[in-house]
Amino acid sequence: MLEAVGAKDLAELVKVPDDVALRAKLELSPPLSESEIACKFATLAARNDAPNYAGFLGAGVYRHYVPPVVGALAMRGEFLTAYTPYQAEVSQGYLQAIYEWQTYICLLTGMDLANASVYDGATALAEGAIMAINATGRQAVLVSKAVHPNYRAVLKTYCDGLEVAIDDLDYLPSGTTDFTHLNDKLAGGKYAAVIVQSPNFFGTIDTFPAETAGAVKIGVVAEPLSLAVLSAPREWGCDICVGEAQSFGVAAAYGGPHVGFIACTKEHMRRIPGRLAGRTVDNAGRDAYVLTLQAREQHIRRERATSNICTNQAHCALIATIYLAAMGATGLRDCALENLQRAQAARKAVLDVPGVSARFSGATFNEFVMRVPGSAAETLAALQRNRVLGGLDLGRFYPELDDCILTTATELTTQADIDALQRELRTVVPSLRKKELAAAR
Amino acid sequence: MPQLAESLDAPLIFEQGQPGRANPYVPHHAEGAEAYLPRDVLRSDLPLPDNTELDVVRHFTRLSQRTFGIDIGFYPLGSCTMKYNPRINDAMANLPGLRDLHPFAPDELAQGALAIMWELERSLGSLFGMAAFSLNPAAGAHGELAALLISKAYFRKRGERERMTVIVPDTAHGTNPASAAMVGYKVVSLESDKRGRVDPEALRKVAGPETAVCMMTNPNTLGLFEDRITEIAEIVHAAGGLMYYDGANANALMGNARPGDMGFDLMHLNLHKTFSIPHGGGGAGAGPLGVAEHLVDFLPTPVVRERDGVFSLDFDVPSTIGPMRSFWSNFAHMVRALAYVNANGAEGLTRVSQLAVLNANYIRAKIRDVIETPYDEPCRHEFVASAQALKRETGVRALDIAKALLDRGYMAPTVYFPLIIPECLMIEPTETESKETLDAFIAVFRDIIKRAYANPREIEAAPQHTVVGRVDETRAAREPNLRWSP
Repeated sequence: MLEAVGAKDLAELVKVPDDVALRAKLELSPPLSESEIACKFATLAARNDAPNYAGFLGAGVYRHYVPPVVGALAMRGEFLTAYTPYQAEVSQGYLQAIYEWQTYICLLTGMDLANASVYDGATALAEGAIMAINATGRQAVLVSKAVHPNYRAVLKTYCDGLEVAIDDLDYLPSGTTDFTHLNDKLAGGKYAAVIVQSPNFFGTIDTFPAETAGAVKIGVVAEPLSLAVLSAPREWGCDICVGEAQSFGVAAAYGGPHVGFIACTKEHMRRIPGRLAGRTVDNAGRDAYVLTLQAREQHIRRERATSNICTNQAHCALIATIYLAAMGATGLRDCALENLQRAQAARKAVLDVPGVSARFSGATFNEFVMRVPGSAAETLAALQRNRVLGGLDLGRFYPELDDCILTTATELTTQADIDALQRELRTVVPSLRKKELAAAR
Repeated sequence: MPQLAESLDAPLIFEQGQPGRANPYVPHHAEGAEAYLPRDVLRSDLPLPDNTELDVVRHFTRLSQRTFGIDIGFYPLGSCTMKYNPRINDAMANLPGLRDLHPFAPDELAQGALAIMWELERSLGSLFGMAAFSLNPAAGAHGELAALLISKAYFRKRGERERMTVIVPDTAHGTNPASAAMVGYKVVSLESDKRGRVDPEALRKVAGPETAVCMMTNPNTLGLFEDRITEIAEIVHAAGGLMYYDGANANALMGNARPGDMGFDLMHLNLHKTFSIPHGGGGAGAGPLGVAEHLVDFLPTPVVRERDGVFSLDFDVPSTIGPMRSFWSNFAHMVRALAYVNANGAEGLTRVSQLAVLNANYIRAKIRDVIETPYDEPCRHEFVASAQALKRETGVRALDIAKALLDRGYMAPTVYFPLIIPECLMIEPTETESKETLDAFIAVFRDIIKRAYANPREIEAAPQHTVVGRVDETRAAREPNLRWSP
């Protein structure tokens, strides 16, 4: 082969000018055989003990049962090793799966159309906000403080680049968004969007006010399983619905890859970012699928594109599509009811512990906020010593909630887990209470 | 040939099933949600189909049979680096201790995961000559966006708010100008010279006090190494701007040359391309961001820290641009990438890029007598061919060649990109293909060109052997049908 290409050796092929030639020694660990790699990663995996604890963590990433059929189908090599279906004639299967994913998102959210996916819930929110900014020509957005703090942080990262201002809406004792002075805030026509999450970061079912004075209503859904029982986002007022579909069969995987979605009304169709699969016909009139409305996209429109997104989360969206097909309406609804039941059981169990109280009064799906005497961080650390991860310390994001814990239960939360949580709280809380009283004196 | 069978008709999942055909995955509930929640927050119906597991298996198996992946055949899609993805990588990502780890798990219960991120960041830093890497960005374009946000924060901090333009060569990926627009930068397009490269003289004319960043791909999308890169970097730096390296083509130089040594201040990698992560039909990818020393404090959060062998996530980075995504990284892909790095070691990765370049040059050498290959010199990991002459002589276009290749069991090359080459075909074979595979492809390619001269209508009618023929894209765009409706 070297002869055919006219090179004397491999090094000649990759030669670069002397001034940029490699001089440094590459500091990589020495090569391993496959069996050695298997041992190394098994050892590393064993050092992550968290999955073996009684776990009540949620907050945007949920532990749900995944039927084995989902992985078996999704890991088929044809799906796994394809890339973006530019050549429609040999990508009909994947294109159809994307079209089915778009349809599932529409049926769950009640919106008119959905895209082929974006990176995750947070970037879906940021991209949704950009749609609203482009639609209204306004340079500020109004965001509920009960929207996931990580999503709000990413929104800020994107908005800093575009020099878009972000203002907050506070939350009420119910755990829902406070719209009391909304009309005053909206009066100047300053805001491109009003952004609310439901169930929100506190687990509370939230909604929009009826009127937003021309601001686009963007609803965030971080736990889409809730949509099996809760009203569709379109019904509670969304113009754009963004969210995260990790709950639909996608692994937690220490944060990714997960899969974001953006759905909207027809009015916003040409502003939606990313790929769209469409149904059309081939030259013989047969049904066929193809990537469409590409004039919105970066490879055609370059700096005038609706977004820079190219590679998205296709395989995670495929996993979610297979999950939804396998679960069906019946399975999804049963799963949601199981979440409601177990979260209520967990809530009742912890509220039975003297000193523990509910921080918010509003209706919740599979997460709730409990208040403990003293510090949430100390309480959680004490629980952790007895192999219980009791939830998320809200003080991490809300200084005023540093005695509050966001606790999640799903269909995989067992009665034994709930008993352990209650038992450990019964041990931990009195001593923290004593400490708090002593400090107060 | 994966998809000959006309009989593989594929109705939508929504057109199948019967209500109540539930699979027993979770306990059944006879009661309604009213038992738990007020009626006014509940939906009235959930119009999703119920299918048996068997029907679901057949449906998605059928869809897979109508999909072409690397596992089916050769996939020379230029700029996408469709190399073989060793299955060990997926198996490691699927270990329960990695797969089921919650991102909010306390650091002390996630030490293995943090160690993986740490080792990968260090390995990438050494391989590409950057002071630090962040694994945060979710894909290449996302890494570009993060880099440009860093540049903006950097210039703001220095009080250089007038730096609002980005210089992008006309061969650049579309994501470059699109990313620039997402941070409010203006784009200045730079025309390539006769050698298909950035002309330092032309650059000198546009670089100045308004220049924020010059975005370069090296080798560029023509498969050519920007051999005056040092001079280019000096011009941009002298003007006060930053140099950005688009890592889409890193498979051409990994282990043989480093962007850090070429004067780049920022870079991203398409980890899914260079580091053998399955592309999954369009993602998920991963776009780690590398920075030189003076930009380390601007990295997105969180950053992995190590102290006395104990790892932690640091959310308190002095001048951070903030997080780019919900959680820390596309971690499962970091596992895959590190498994790949460990399997190869420094020498192995060096050889990877050498073989990738060899394979590209081999195809180029074997077809250049039948199709025009602009820029008459050896290429790097990919090369461009132009069907302009063929089109003039026969009417057969690049698109027709692409479709004819599909008919013969090959994925088509990237077509009509880069935009500066008329009737462009961009071919990237990668290092994992054998000589036999390359020879078979070469023979088919040559045969298609021969047939194009003999009977152009035959090539223009391709594909004939796929489950559908050429798809009506105009109708798809004019009458958008983006979902099934009940």
